Amino acid sequence: MLNTLVLVMVMYNFIFMNLRVLFIVFVLVVSCKQEDKIKAVSSNIEKEQVVEPKLNVEEYNFTAFEKFLNREDDKIYVINFWATWCAPCIKELPHFEKINETYKNKSVEVLLVSLDFPKQYEKKLIPFIEKHQLKSKVVALNDPDSNAWIPKVSEEWSGALPATVIYNKDKRAFYEQSFSYEELKAEVDKFIK
Amino acid sequence: MKKSIKIVSALAIVLLVSAFTLNKNNINPGYQVGDIATDFSLKNINGKMVSLADFNEAKGYIVVFTCNTCPYAVAYEDRVEALNKKYADKGYPVIAIMPNNPEVQPGDRLEAMQARAKAKGFTFPYLMDSGQKIYPQYGATKTPHVYILQKTKKGNEVKYIGAIDDNYQDETAVNKKYVENAVDALLSGKEIKEKQTRAIGCSIKV
Repeated sequence: MLNTLVLVMVMYNFIFMNLRVLFIVFVLVVSCKQEDKIKAVSSNIEKEQVVEPKLNVEEYNFTAFEKFLNREDDKIYVINFWATWCAPCIKELPHFEKINETYKNKSVEVLLVSLDFPKQYEKKLIPFIEKHQLKSKVVALNDPDSNAWIPKVSEEWSGALPATVIYNKDKRAFYEQSFSYEELKAEVDKFIK
Repeated sequence: MKKSIKIVSALAIVLLVSAFTLNKNNINPGYQVGDIATDFSLKNINGKMVSLADFNEAKGYIVVFTCNTCPYAVAYEDRVEALNKKYADKGYPVIAIMPNNPEVQPGDRLEAMQARAKAKGFTFPYLMDSGQKIYPQYGATKTPHVYILQKTKKGNEVKYIGAIDDNYQDETAVNKKYVENAVDALLSGKEIKEKQTRAIGCSIKV
């Protein structure tokens, strides 16, 4: 039963991978002992975003998320893995915001990938984004089998947060560390010709 | 002469800078599977010093770097306790080590560790890595981070490094119990199938 559901979820993700807005659909499954909430990530067409004015965070499993790590256009992507409960992440977040703002005209795009637990999206993540008025794009990565996907982000990554990937279509760098603004700027500058 | 001084100093700067950056990117990865792990003498929450060598009957150890304050570590508290209940009598006790600097992370002070252990009924030693000397030798980068050791003639050999299982969110949805599988293999003299795994965790606070 569970396996079938997971399969269906994965298929959904494949089919709708190119659509931008993902919504969470709750499916109630009655198991032998208790009711378990199983979350399925489904998709909706873009115009529905207008109907829903409330801030919404796109949620991805790793298969659907992977595209953000493999863009092949002319931009430089700065992908930061963080969470609202991760103190060193919060401390360095303004530096990423500043990069996103200052390097806009240099084709640099920052993506903040939250690893907050799904039950914290409403309570912690969304209020945090609103409070700090984050301008960089924020997505949520929810894929508990991290042993399967951490090496796909980088073979060097032990799994500790924060972690950052900077890449363009020609090269790629990975950092399991915290950044000062100067350190981050220096790394981004290496990608700018 | 002047030129060579320039070259030498330029080289020195390059070396310094690269040493600095490399260091940040984990040039010292700590133990690999097969290495011999160091023993230690660390203060337990009851005030007594604990070493691996104190466990005469043990066949090995499940060393877990963990803490009070990391949500991933918290998510695994009950599972770590369950591991100790299941394997301490079979010769593989859990030895938990709190690697964070409590001055940076007050929620991980000794009193907080004592309170947490009491509230959760921990039956394993919960040790403070005072001065943060042990975790870098093991190469732990985050909490929770597990090292399974086996007593051998050479010393305590690292047999497994990594995660507890493959689902931090939901214990009932776990497919692979990495630590249990590894200890079961050691107990039955079989080869461990997955000797190294990874999981998201909180960086160690220095």
